[in-house]
Amino acid sequence: MPLTQQEPLVQAIGLSKSFGAVLALQGAELRIGKGVCIGVAGHNGAGKSTLMNILCGTLQPDAGSLHLDGQDMVQAGSRWDVREARRVGIRRVFQELSLCDNLTLAENMHIASPLPGRHWRRDAAALLMVQLDLIFPGHGLKPHQPAGELPIGKRQMVEIARAFVDAEHPLRLMILDEPTSSLDPRCADQLLAHIRRFVAQGGSCILITHKLDEIFAVADRVVTMKDGRIVDDCLRVNTDRSRLVRAMGQNEDLEKSRQHRQTAHSHAREMVRIAAADGSAEFVVRSGEVIGMAGLAGHGQTALLVRLFRATQQGRDASHQVGCKVAFVAGDRQTDGIFPLWSIARNMSQASLAACKRYGLLDPGRERSMVEQWRTRLDLRTEDVNLPVLSLSGGNQQKVLFARALAADAGMVLMDDPMRGVDVGTKQDVYQLIRAEAAAGRSFVWYSTEFEELYHCDRVYVFNSGRIVGEIGRTDLTEEKVVHMSFEAAAA
Amino acid sequence: MSAIAPLANLRIWRHRAARAPWLGSTLAALAAFVITIANGQIQGVAGLLAAALSFSALTVLVALGQMLVISTGPGNADLSIPSTIALSSAVSMLVMNGSDAMVLPGLLAATGVGAAVGLSNFGLIRLLRIPPIIATLANSLMVMSVAISFGRGLKIKPPPIFIELVTLRIGGIPLLAMLALVVSLLVWLVVERTAFGRSLCALGQNARAAEFSGVRTVRTSLLAYVICAGLAGLTGALIAGFAGGNSLDQGDEYLLLTIAVVVIGGTSVSGGRPCVPGIWGAALFMFLLVAMLNAAGASAGLRMLLTGAIIISVIALAGAGSDRS
Amino acid sequence: MSTLFALEGRSAGAALRAMLPLLALGGLLAAVFYRQPLAMSYFGLNLLLNLAIPVAFATMAQVVILAVGDLDLSTGTFVSLVATIGATLLPTEPLLGVVALAVLTGVYALAGALVEWRKLPSIVVTLGLSFIWLGCAVLLLPVPGGKAPQWLVAAMNVKTPLAPLPIWVALATAFMGYLLITRSSFGTRIRGLGGHAAALARAGHSLVLLRAQAYALAGFFGVIAGLLLVGQATSADANIASRYTLVSIAAAILGGCEFSGGRVSPAGAVAGALTMTLAASFLTFLNVPPDFQIGVQGAILVLVLGLRAGIDLLEGKP
Repeated sequence: MPLTQQEPLVQAIGLSKSFGAVLALQGAELRIGKGVCIGVAGHNGAGKSTLMNILCGTLQPDAGSLHLDGQDMVQAGSRWDVREARRVGIRRVFQELSLCDNLTLAENMHIASPLPGRHWRRDAAALLMVQLDLIFPGHGLKPHQPAGELPIGKRQMVEIARAFVDAEHPLRLMILDEPTSSLDPRCADQLLAHIRRFVAQGGSCILITHKLDEIFAVADRVVTMKDGRIVDDCLRVNTDRSRLVRAMGQNEDLEKSRQHRQTAHSHAREMVRIAAADGSAEFVVRSGEVIGMAGLAGHGQTALLVRLFRATQQGRDASHQVGCKVAFVAGDRQTDGIFPLWSIARNMSQASLAACKRYGLLDPGRERSMVEQWRTRLDLRTEDVNLPVLSLSGGNQQKVLFARALAADAGMVLMDDPMRGVDVGTKQDVYQLIRAEAAAGRSFVWYSTEFEELYHCDRVYVFNSGRIVGEIGRTDLTEEKVVHMSFEAAAA
Repeated sequence: MSAIAPLANLRIWRHRAARAPWLGSTLAALAAFVITIANGQIQGVAGLLAAALSFSALTVLVALGQMLVISTGPGNADLSIPSTIALSSAVSMLVMNGSDAMVLPGLLAATGVGAAVGLSNFGLIRLLRIPPIIATLANSLMVMSVAISFGRGLKIKPPPIFIELVTLRIGGIPLLAMLALVVSLLVWLVVERTAFGRSLCALGQNARAAEFSGVRTVRTSLLAYVICAGLAGLTGALIAGFAGGNSLDQGDEYLLLTIAVVVIGGTSVSGGRPCVPGIWGAALFMFLLVAMLNAAGASAGLRMLLTGAIIISVIALAGAGSDRS
Repeated sequence: MSTLFALEGRSAGAALRAMLPLLALGGLLAAVFYRQPLAMSYFGLNLLLNLAIPVAFATMAQVVILAVGDLDLSTGTFVSLVATIGATLLPTEPLLGVVALAVLTGVYALAGALVEWRKLPSIVVTLGLSFIWLGCAVLLLPVPGGKAPQWLVAAMNVKTPLAPLPIWVALATAFMGYLLITRSSFGTRIRGLGGHAAALARAGHSLVLLRAQAYALAGFFGVIAGLLLVGQATSADANIASRYTLVSIAAAILGGCEFSGGRVSPAGAVAGALTMTLAASFLTFLNVPPDFQIGVQGAILVLVLGLRAGIDLLEGKP
């Protein structure tokens, strides 16, 4: 894949975007040539999604310009939106799946790239199958089955294949956002091979992934983002893993934390015990432990957290024995966590109303002091806790959810990938807080899609297809081991 | 950094404006009052005020309950209110049976019947897992059948003391209005200062988040439906007293009226933000609007058309879902 | 056949859900014939199912709204309004009548656009809309009356060969619904809107336009329903079809449609409409006292929804 010196396909200059008070993207500059694959690395909240949203037309930038084939697409007075972006050949596969469960695969294909004529269904099916056979040979999918019936890995395959289909407007730049998050290694390799083929034939590709190995496998250039800026942009051959990690803003005290964690938990009180069943290993959490959950995204981790939480609410479940009060920190803030009409204070106090009562009624004074206590504890950056919660940045909103869970005075806190979209600074604060709380005896069950976070955990359970297929202690923890364990056990 | 300060100020201002959603309805009521007096078609400010307060009091009582149900989630409403009123008014007359001593038991029976309807509403919603509007709609038909069997041809007059109480005025202000005011204050207290009230608002804004923050969603929802129908039951008895007896169509107008009043009064139709003060302004406004239309010779058809148009306009302007992104 | 009844998946529950409308219809027909053997004839079937014709179209309107994930509480009043226009304007000033119907459909489309644009709950918007329709109908026809145009009345009295008119109309409606909603590109986009609106937005579709078009289609079906109804009844009143709202919802759900997720079955809904009409006739055979007839309507809806909830439990849905 030759690195072309001629006119770049896409040139982004000085792109900036703010959401309210939060500067999500600052002065991003990017050159994307033809026949090039660019790997983009960066933690959650670094600004990758925002930049991609602008590139694919979902968002308008506040400042800056976007040139395509030398022509300024954003300023030109014409609308820059998804339709326009598709027209010039820019497509994106989103991290959150975009299939309609009630439609068949062929119909989903038609939604993405409408085909004319009476036989559109047949044509769409053919197009999709051709692409699926090309990228993922041996996929086993049928064009007229409803998308809702497929497991998450297969759905990701369909989305990717659908995006690559050559329809009305030729594909020139493909943006892949965490495309292998739910794929097994075989399919992931197939995709990477296809990216190499696609790029060799002159297409351009942006690959966003947490798995740094993938970047080194297919990318020609590596771009690193941190805190809304592009902090590094170099050829793949000129960089290595440790330089990447440093540029991303890795937590320096990771080594420290590995040493600090007490390993003598075996005598601590058991908080949760879920017996082994249906091919799933047993699940145990002891007092003061931080338990991690690993494995491909969407393979039962969140479901287990929800089951654990509901087991305490309903109070009757023999198979899930939970011996204490449980609090929940949602990762998907909008759907599971935030009360959008309320102030920061009310969002914080929601789980601990019982403690704010006096003579059966809520006491504003008690509520105020409790909220203030947790605001300082979590170092929440806001002028006034009575402002609407939506005025906060994503990271600070996540802090509010943490405050809510911790204030609830629960013995165990369940966390559903809570650092999504959170900046590095907030993450550090929260990691420290978790460490402190765990040392004081609170247990945490932590599902994270960022592998490095699992180093904060004492033990990690590996998931596959809704089952626990293994357990790894902190000292033995490596990424290869997690991958290996999840698929070896599944094959067995 | 300086660019952020004005943005924050804008948010604060919007927040403060949103905190007074009752403002619109209160202003509308005042305007309608002034117009009605200025038109000179209705004699006597005091008389108009008293009539407005009496009718509005009944509307407010029922609307408070509807407000609670609407606040439980997007597009929830209790459509069984007319049938509940029909049934409870019949039951109250039956129990009171014209005797002064039986006034209190009659009121209790009416409220109890309402609460039972609310319970059955919730049972259907929970068991059948269907939108509350459908459940309450279906239930309203069955309750109406029961009401018909109880109350058709019933010619019992309310007890004299009951009639007196219902039409009593103290210092020009109807007793009914004072009762409604007290109930409003109670409901306001529950919404603002109890865990149940908070849970209700949490549930209405984000049901999953509410569950994950420890809200007992089933219990909260149940209470909302029972209180709503219970209030409707009590109002049914009061209506029967006001009208000199029960009839099966007494509750018909309350369906549109309660929803209009709740919506115009500033309660969010997507749930999670009840607004008690706005209900009074909206109830008075609706009464005066009807009075103006009647005085102008407008037919029932025009009234329905206007009310429907006003409801849609108000929620479109308030932008139910758009302030949640 | 399988796509005709939206058979999704091979699980027992899904099969049951798809078969439910046919089983219910068959069972009810058997009960009616048992009770009243004379009904098993061309004339008898025609009488039993005649009222199902407008109901089938009203149900199809509801199916379109369900397909986009909304619920329409104004179906009954809209059909009543169309019927009153058919009995007042159409015979005397046909051009004005046609324009009025077109305007009504346009208003429906605007309502759909408003629901999408301002993210309003369709339930409350259509509830408000229902009072607008009812108000208009009452203004047009304060007391029952009017006279349907002769061509409409004649059309409703056509003696079709082989099977009575209702059967043919039901088949035609089912086929039309299948083509428009299940097979066509437009129908697929509409169901996609109900299934995962964000996915369509990401693909560049205009959600406001799509929802407006869906509501316009529903309005179109409603217009047909109202015209056919006034052709049958020969006169109209403002409340002639008020119960259609509940019946159309029950018929759609009985036919396999769901309240959210964009999963609908047009043919099943038509079968559901036939079943609901038959149930009403069956009740008169059973001599249910008129006081309770209104309650039984509600009970039937509860029964239908209860059956669906039972099937969902069987499938293991949460």
